Amino acid sequence: MLDTEKPHARTIIDLDGVTKSFGSVQALKGITATIREGEFFSLLGPSGCGKTTLLRMIAGFEDPTTGTITIDDKPMAGIAANHRPTNMVFQSYAIFPHLSVADNVGYGLKKRRLPKADYKREVEQALAMVDLGGYGPRAAHTLSGGQRQRVALARALIMKPKVVLLDEPLSALDKKLRDQMQLELRQLQRSVGITFILVTHDQEEALIMSDRIAVMFDGQIEQLATPEELYRRPVNQRVASFIGVMNFLGAQATGSTDTHVSLDVQALGKIDIPHSGLPKGMKPEDIHRVGVRPEMMTILIDGAPSAERIVEGEVTETSYYGDMTYYSVRLNGLETPVTISMRNTAGRAVLRPGETARVGFATDSIIVFR
Amino acid sequence: MSNRRNKLNWLNVYAVVYMVFLYAPVVLLPIFAFNSSTIIAFPLSGFTTEWFGVLWTTEALHNAVRNSMLVSVSTAIISTVLGLFAARAVARYTFPFQRGIMGLVMLPLVLPEIIIAVSLLIVLIQLGLSLSLWTVVLGHVLICTPFSIAVLSSAFRGLDPSMEEASFDLGETHWGTFRRVTFPLVMPGVISSLLITFTISLDEFIIAFFLTGTDVTLPVYIWSQLRFPAKLPSIMALGTILLALTVVLLILAEFFRRRSATRRGLDASTTEGLI
Amino acid sequence: MVVTFSFWTQNYLDLDTSFTLANYREAWTDPLYRELMLRSLRISLIVTIVTVLLAFPIAYHVSFHVHQRKALWLFLITVPFWTSYLLRVFLWKVILGYNGVLNSALLGLGLIDEPLSFILYNANAVVITLAHAWAPFAILPIFVALERIDRSLLEAAKDLGDGPVRSFFRVTLPLAMPGVVAATIIVLIPTVGDYITPRLVGGTEGLMISNMIQVQFGKANNAPLGAALAVSSMFIVGGISLLIFFATRKIGRGGAD
Repeated sequence: MLDTEKPHARTIIDLDGVTKSFGSVQALKGITATIREGEFFSLLGPSGCGKTTLLRMIAGFEDPTTGTITIDDKPMAGIAANHRPTNMVFQSYAIFPHLSVADNVGYGLKKRRLPKADYKREVEQALAMVDLGGYGPRAAHTLSGGQRQRVALARALIMKPKVVLLDEPLSALDKKLRDQMQLELRQLQRSVGITFILVTHDQEEALIMSDRIAVMFDGQIEQLATPEELYRRPVNQRVASFIGVMNFLGAQATGSTDTHVSLDVQALGKIDIPHSGLPKGMKPEDIHRVGVRPEMMTILIDGAPSAERIVEGEVTETSYYGDMTYYSVRLNGLETPVTISMRNTAGRAVLRPGETARVGFATDSIIVFR
Repeated sequence: MSNRRNKLNWLNVYAVVYMVFLYAPVVLLPIFAFNSSTIIAFPLSGFTTEWFGVLWTTEALHNAVRNSMLVSVSTAIISTVLGLFAARAVARYTFPFQRGIMGLVMLPLVLPEIIIAVSLLIVLIQLGLSLSLWTVVLGHVLICTPFSIAVLSSAFRGLDPSMEEASFDLGETHWGTFRRVTFPLVMPGVISSLLITFTISLDEFIIAFFLTGTDVTLPVYIWSQLRFPAKLPSIMALGTILLALTVVLLILAEFFRRRSATRRGLDASTTEGLI
Repeated sequence: MVVTFSFWTQNYLDLDTSFTLANYREAWTDPLYRELMLRSLRISLIVTIVTVLLAFPIAYHVSFHVHQRKALWLFLITVPFWTSYLLRVFLWKVILGYNGVLNSALLGLGLIDEPLSFILYNANAVVITLAHAWAPFAILPIFVALERIDRSLLEAAKDLGDGPVRSFFRVTLPLAMPGVVAATIIVLIPTVGDYITPRLVGGTEGLMISNMIQVQFGKANNAPLGAALAVSSMFIVGGISLLIFFATRKIGRGGAD
């Protein structure tokens, strides 16, 4: 559904069978993907998954071992970073400490030999775009972390690149500032309409900011989808547990009708899943596990409100987060507890460890895995 | 608590005594330079600037100073340029036998100077080269380059590699990046390398003693004069001038090091880069 | 530069083999040379031990008790080192001499009745002078090693019940060992080959191997023998340094595990 948000967007970057080896280590094992013009695209994965290497190859700092990278319909083989229509915001920001803020922002423009007035105007505009109007004469080393990030962004945007590459740009900021910058970055990207490619290991950041996310593990893209689809329909357990929290339960198919597959799930009992709930190519006998998100289960207090299905268990741990409470509940017939999150709405009591919990869930929130 | 304070005091006392030990000879130098007696001993007999005046009229000394300047300036420039390449190469690239090669380059740092002097002398004789100030420069470059590499390596190590990448990414060429980003950022290191190698070369005796031909450098001149007690006071005066010069150079070197630290947004009082 | 470097080593060996090994035989068997070699080693070992022992408290002081002015302290420690080596050694001669500063001061204070004569023109004078000359080379590596010690380790040791002395010997000292070893090697190697100090303040019983090397190259005009002496001493010192290095590494490992 979100996939079709920009139906006519053309391809700006085409990655075709890109691999990268460092000595005997294969950092990227064949990446094929297309990135659309004007989208906010994220490369998400744990450290060492190859996401930064891929970004650096798009920027032109590394060459692919095999495969081709095409940017704006031009193959990039043999084209160095200084001739590519991409600009990068570095993880360390790489603000030139010996230059002023204005000279940093105008660094790349200098080569174009603009008239002085035009140069000044462009730098001012770029600074204004990132809310740093009037900061031009300041010495770069006097800036705070968030300001450095903005300067780095202005320095890239002033080049009017086809693609802006962001290498973990928010990882050096504290949480409050990071939350704010996530929204600002997103808004800025929308308003300039330039393709942004973000590398991050923070799944929340990727979900909040991106149009589409490529989840990478061990040098491969495991899943490329919109944030919602990634969360709702992770293709495998690895993706499922990397994006958010997922409770896994053993399961087995016991029968299949025209419309449904019947599963026997640990602790939850018999559950019918429509065929459409199975990922493409998966047969009922492939199913060995199902997953339920913590918020898809409800602890029913005082009998109300009711749920489609109810099972019982014992609360083993309660973690109070203010707006939310996370429970560990050992469901009857299950060794390891499952995690259930509840919104702390007005008047709702918090259960203590040792109390018995009635857990409700809907069968359509169940995700099947191999 | 009182125990701790006590220990701290002992350490303070020791530190002061040690500094006295370190500075004892240095302090004596100007004292005897201004002492009117020709005998270098206490008690002092009176104040004079006569010995400094003597320096002005000693032709041999002037030659030695000229020679030393030629040697030290050449050494400083050559070893800093070599050090710049080596430090940049080590900081950015990995190449085969890197450790081995760097070990070999840094070896003169820990080799007794007499061995370097002797070995160079043999090579030069073997090659049939005659000894001159340039052979001294060669020897000095050999011992100064490791210092230069050490100073510049720390400058390069403090340089975030993404600085150069950022410049390149913004459309600059390799040369333009070096000119606009790399060089300005390691400039303080370059200056302190120049100053340090200059100072080492200016003070070096053994290699100059072995490798020089008829032209003598300042330390060799001083050595030859130490034999004549009558010349000693003016040597003290000369030493005082050298001391003042060196201290000024060192303060300059320190100033540039600190400025580079400040530029990088570091606390200027950190010891990073000093060692 | 590397090329030149390898070149002369190589070249040198070529030269030597063509002259037969007689020089080495002489260098190793003649009692005079052997005596000088052993004396050089003995003196430099004493110098090294004295220098490192004297340097450690200073490095410790600057690293642990100086907070605001570390750079200034290091600067002050290195300044004397940058003044002319020749003149510094000469000034020690002035200080330690029969009518020197030290003797006249002690006489003046009435602490001694006649000038001390055991402090100049012998091995003691060489030790004192070299300990002074190489002080920064010992202080700096130890200081760096001490600076690298994570201060929370010491707090952890304290927290686990160690007093200051115990935590010093159980935490600080073992962790500072690499610096101490570096200091030892850095001081040991060049002092064996020092020429000026023994020549100026060593008298006849303080002379060392490098003075003989110089004599062979100069007055005696026997360069190959001088070279043989130089190479021999280089190998001996190199061997000892490696020995120190590996021995301490082994001990360090054993202690750490």
